[in-house]
Amino acid sequence: MFGRSLGGGLGLFPLGVAFGMMVIQAGMPWWMAPVLSVVVYAGSVEMLLVGLLSASTPLLTIAITTFLVNSRHAFYAFSFPLRLVRNPLARAYSVYALTDETFAIVSGQPDGWGQRKLITLQVLLQAYWVAGGLTGTLFASVLPKPVEGLEFALVALFIVLALDAARSWAELPSVVLAVASLAVGLVATPGAALLTALLVFTAALLVRHFARGRVHA
Amino acid sequence: MPEPGYLVAALLTAGAITVALRAVPFLALHRLRESAFVARLGQWMPAGVLTILALATLVQSADGARLIPALVAAAVTVAMHLLGGRRSLLSIGAGTATYVVALQLL
Repeated sequence: MFGRSLGGGLGLFPLGVAFGMMVIQAGMPWWMAPVLSVVVYAGSVEMLLVGLLSASTPLLTIAITTFLVNSRHAFYAFSFPLRLVRNPLARAYSVYALTDETFAIVSGQPDGWGQRKLITLQVLLQAYWVAGGLTGTLFASVLPKPVEGLEFALVALFIVLALDAARSWAELPSVVLAVASLAVGLVATPGAALLTALLVFTAALLVRHFARGRVHA
Repeated sequence: MPEPGYLVAALLTAGAITVALRAVPFLALHRLRESAFVARLGQWMPAGVLTILALATLVQSADGARLIPALVAAAVTVAMHLLGGRRSLLSIGAGTATYVVALQLL
C-alpha cells in the first residue's frame, strides 16, 4: 500500500521537468528552480511565479495571487492526520510540505499512516519535484531551441485538479460563480483578470453564505 | 531577469503566505471546526478557485493564433481525464503534448 503511494507521487517528476524547463525558457538562472521549490513549495504557484517574476509583477499582486491560489490548502488541516507526527521538527516539516499531492495520497488511503511513513512520503514527494525541476533546467539548457507550449502543463494541471474537485452536482453553483467571476475579471480588468476573478469569487461566496442564513451549516 | 532584491522579497512573500495558509488552520482547528462559514468555504472554494485558475490560464494560452491549439489541448486533457480513469499525469501529459505539437503545426 505504502509502496503504491510512493509510486503515485512519481508523477511529480515529469511535472517538475516541465517546471524546470519553464524557468530556463523564461530567462532565469537554473538555481531558481530548486530555490523556488524550497522557499515556495507549491507546484502550481511556482509555475505561476515563473511568469509573474519575469514580468516583475508588483509584490502586492504576487501576495494576493499566492494567497488566493493556495487558499484551498487551508482546508487540508481538517482531515490531515498531523496528530500522528509527534517530533516538533517533523511536525513543522509536515505542515510546510502539506501539498495537493500529499493531501490527495493520504486522503485516498487514510489508514496505516504513522510519523515515519508520513514524513518519508513528504520528503520523497519534494525530492521528486526538486529532482524533476533540476532535470528540466538541464534539459532546457542543452536543447538547441526552446520547446514552445510547455506552459500548458500548468493549464492541464489546473483542469485535472478542477475536475477532481468538482465531482458532484453539488459543486455546480461554485463552478457557475467561478465562471461568472472570471468573465467579470476579463471584461473589467483585462490585465489582471485572474486576481480580479479570485477576489470577486471570494466576495460572491461571502454573499452566498449570508444569503443562506446561519441556521443550516 | 528582474533585480535580486525584488526576487528575494517576492519569494519570501509567496513562501511565507504559502506556509501560513497551511499552518494557521492547525492552530485554530477547534474554533474553525465549529464555524459554519469555514465549513461552507471548505465545501465551496476548491472547485471554484480551481475552475478560475484552469480557465484563466487557458485564456492566456489561447491568445490570437493559439486559440484552436489551446481549445483542442484542453478538450484532450478533459477527455483523457474523464475517460482514462482520472490518472492525472497521463491527462496532463496528453494535453501538454497536444498543445506543443499543435503549435508546431501552426
